[in-house]
Amino acid sequence: MELSELWFLLIAFMFTLFFVLEGFDFGVGTVAKYLGRDDYEKRVYLNSIGPFWDANEVWLISAGAAMFAAFPHWYATLFSGFYIAFVFMLLALILRGVAFEFRGKVDHPVWKQVWDWAIFIGSVVPPFLWGVALTNFMTGVPIDQHKEMIGGFLQLLHPFALLGGVMFTLLCIVHGLQFITLRTEGELQERARVASSRFAPAVLLALLAFAAAGLWKTDIFTSHGTGWIALPLLAWGTLLLSTILNKKKRNRLSFLMTTITIIALTASVFIGLFPRVMISTLGAANDLTVYNASSGDYSLKVMSYISLTLIPFVLAYQGWSYYVFRERLKGKDQLEY
Amino acid sequence: MDPLFLARIQFASTTIFHYLFVPMSIGLALTIAIMQTIYHRTGDEKYKKMTKFWGTMFLINFAVGVVTGILQEFQFGMNWSTYSRFVGDVFGPSLAIEGLLAFFMESTFIGLWVFGWDRLPKRVHLLSIWLVLFGTVLSAFWILTANSFMHHPVGFEYFEGRAQMNDFLALLTNPQLWVQFPHVLFSAFATGAFFVAGISAWKILKKQQLDMFKKSFQISIIIATVSTVVVLFVGHQQAVHLLTTQPMKMAAAEALWEDSADPAPFTVVAKINPYEKTTTNEIQIPYMLSVLSFNKFSGQVEGMNTIQKHYEEKYGPGNYIPPVRTVFWSFRTMVFAGTIMLLLGVYGWFVSRRNKLEQNPLFMKVMVYAIALPFIGNTVGWIMTEMGRQPWVVFGVMKTEDAVSPNVTAGQVLFSLISFSTLYAILAGVAVYLYVRTIKQGAFQEKTVEVDVDAVDPSGREDDYIWN
Ligand code: HDD
Ligand code: HEM
Ligand code: HEM
Repeated sequence: MELSELWFLLIAFMFTLFFVLEGFDFGVGTVAKYLGRDDYEKRVYLNSIGPFWDANEVWLISAGAAMFAAFPHWYATLFSGFYIAFVFMLLALILRGVAFEFRGKVDHPVWKQVWDWAIFIGSVVPPFLWGVALTNFMTGVPIDQHKEMIGGFLQLLHPFALLGGVMFTLLCIVHGLQFITLRTEGELQERARVASSRFAPAVLLALLAFAAAGLWKTDIFTSHGTGWIALPLLAWGTLLLSTILNKKKRNRLSFLMTTITIIALTASVFIGLFPRVMISTLGAANDLTVYNASSGDYSLKVMSYISLTLIPFVLAYQGWSYYVFRERLKGKDQLEY
Repeated sequence: MDPLFLARIQFASTTIFHYLFVPMSIGLALTIAIMQTIYHRTGDEKYKKMTKFWGTMFLINFAVGVVTGILQEFQFGMNWSTYSRFVGDVFGPSLAIEGLLAFFMESTFIGLWVFGWDRLPKRVHLLSIWLVLFGTVLSAFWILTANSFMHHPVGFEYFEGRAQMNDFLALLTNPQLWVQFPHVLFSAFATGAFFVAGISAWKILKKQQLDMFKKSFQISIIIATVSTVVVLFVGHQQAVHLLTTQPMKMAAAEALWEDSADPAPFTVVAKINPYEKTTTNEIQIPYMLSVLSFNKFSGQVEGMNTIQKHYEEKYGPGNYIPPVRTVFWSFRTMVFAGTIMLLLGVYGWFVSRRNKLEQNPLFMKVMVYAIALPFIGNTVGWIMTEMGRQPWVVFGVMKTEDAVSPNVTAGQVLFSLISFSTLYAILAGVAVYLYVRTIKQGAFQEKTVEVDVDAVDPSGREDDYIWN
């Protein structure tokens, strides 16, 4: 395997972890305001992700920085080309990050309401935009021979992309609700379970439509042979299973299933892209690939040594922090936020 | 409007904003870690209260630092795509390592620290805050590795029109990094310490919780003084170093158009006219510039006109003189801030050792205002460093005007600039409001209203106020 291929794999890995972990943070942030009937309940819901969300977000930061380092052209083309989309995403992430911290600082209903809204907006916008972005990765975007993306924001918002956005938002919501069932008990947990089954049909339908449109409009699911259709099928199948398990109150398994859904979906897109990193609609000659967008071998080698050493440690202590906070939130003793 | 101009304004304003919070996060992390260590050693509840009180402030600050940092990370690709393509190979790895090594450490252990008061063994909990501090220090180191490359590019070669890394060790041993890192790190420690000292002074003036705030003052004034000494010492090394690597920046900082006399005097204030290239009405200290530059009482410093000529020969025609007035006054402001900080620190240490804080109300008042000094120093320090490098974005390698994204329009940048500025203004307002509120409440003031009686912990745990 060439180093640039290894780095494609690593970046795909980081994005996948980001979607899985921050996926439920987004979901929880979206529903907390609606599921919690009073301030106290909302606080418990938000606390379910309290110790984790920041570290989860660092997977995005690291994925972005790894792109910068390993594929400067990918980083440059993507971030300048999707400029306005990223502006909206950053505004949302900024708002959400401070809202978690600020919300609990003042005991006043209006204050809480403001930050509840901020958390909601900050949690619903990013997954939508990531859905849009993923879809545009699949369909390709206009990239000229200088590797520059041309065209504006609105052209990213074609119907298929909007479908992708809605699908991904819904998926995060369900994933988040499953996470809540793991972290709470009693009435609060039950409410999340019920909400999850309410959302289930919509997200199943959206994912089906998305996969079908992907199959029809892009080569992503089949670029390495029709056998890879198994991945979107796996995504849909696990989502269905999750719905059933949720009904049966098998919370852990059900959460595992939505996790697999997100992994399978993300993996199918990255595998389908490979060896391209960005598809150009202006002809395959303009595609960015792991070969023509990457850094030099020296730099990749240095980073490989360092990253492959560091990532196991990161996974270990991040995993440990989930272990430390494994107990369900009983309510009484969890006042933070 | 010119997209380049707008992109510069956006980068400058968002970075400066980020950097208002960064040094305070680093500095408060150190102060808190020390306080909690004392608590751990002595078991004295006073220190626990202290840790928690300053911890609240730290968390508000940290949150803003984090969210503004995310924007920084992506701004290179968004606004400076040509730059990113050109140097990603050399510049990107530092950022990637920063993420994996530093940001994960900070964010994971801060979660453990905040939520782990009763869940972690005491030692492990104490270790968490030290790891948060360690994370912020590593983060500073790696971002400065990247930044130093822009001032003094090393460890790369040109390959197919791009800069490619060929010597990672050279990046890590960049002499620019080894003056910049200690200067920045200790100015951050000083920032946190002056903040703690200033707020404590205010509380002492108000005669609230004297016991705790006098102790806070005592701890922080030591950190403040020691850090300031290091900052000034290293600052001097930086000036010496600059003369060899970026003489234009230093000449601009001295508003020196023609070569100086030998020995060279240091200009304290002057009237600068960049259009006619003159500096008049100087007030000067004889020998001082020679001492600053060469550590001896003689030596001539090259002026901007001479350096401009060298550069034209080396890099082709163009204007290589940075905005002189900004650089000149930034430098003076920084040095002035540092001098005052040193004086206040030494005096404060003296007064607090003799336990005469309450008898010095005027000094206590000055300390409250002195909170601003390190913030000013930090900001103008960066302005000097970055503006003084212009017109280069990577010194001698790439010009700022060539670095911008060609496909991002002025309209788009204007949109983002306005949205980010508006949001940042709101954040600043809210953060300040929360600081003031927290400070007024003081440590462990019983919360008057609880949302829900049930929500009060039956064990009467006091920690709750932090996240209430
Ligand atoms: C000297 C130190 C220093 C400097 C010059 C910068 N930063 Fe910073 N940054 C930090 C020191 C720091 C920190 C102390 O580590 C922060 C501040 C508060 C915090 O939570 O972490 C941080 C946060 C922070 C974060 C969020 C990390 C998280 O989610 O935990 C990102 C992505 C960046 N920064 C990126 C940047 C970039 C791209 C910069 C260059 C333009 C930059 N920072 C300048
Ligand atoms: C006598 C006092 C000081 C001297 C001689 C001094 C010197 C310098 C010099 C020469 C630079 C430019 C380095 C470069 O361009 O590469 C610099 C930058 C800087 N200074 Fe100072 N400084 C002093 C005090 C302070 C103080 C008190 C602070 C803040 C508390 C501060 C914060 C900074 C910062 C944040 C930078 C930008 C980062 C860097 O380049 O290191 N300085 N200083
Ligand atoms: C360690 C991280 C950095 C810090 C703390 C920092 C700080 C600053 C500051 C304070 C300014 C304001 C100067 C002014 O008023 O114009 C500035 C300007 C600027 N910086 Fe940096 N900078 C950093 C890294 C970078 C990087 C990596 C780039 C790469 C593109 C960059 C490009 C610029 C540009 C283009 C400007 C505008 C210059 C101008 O308006 O004159 N900086 N930076």
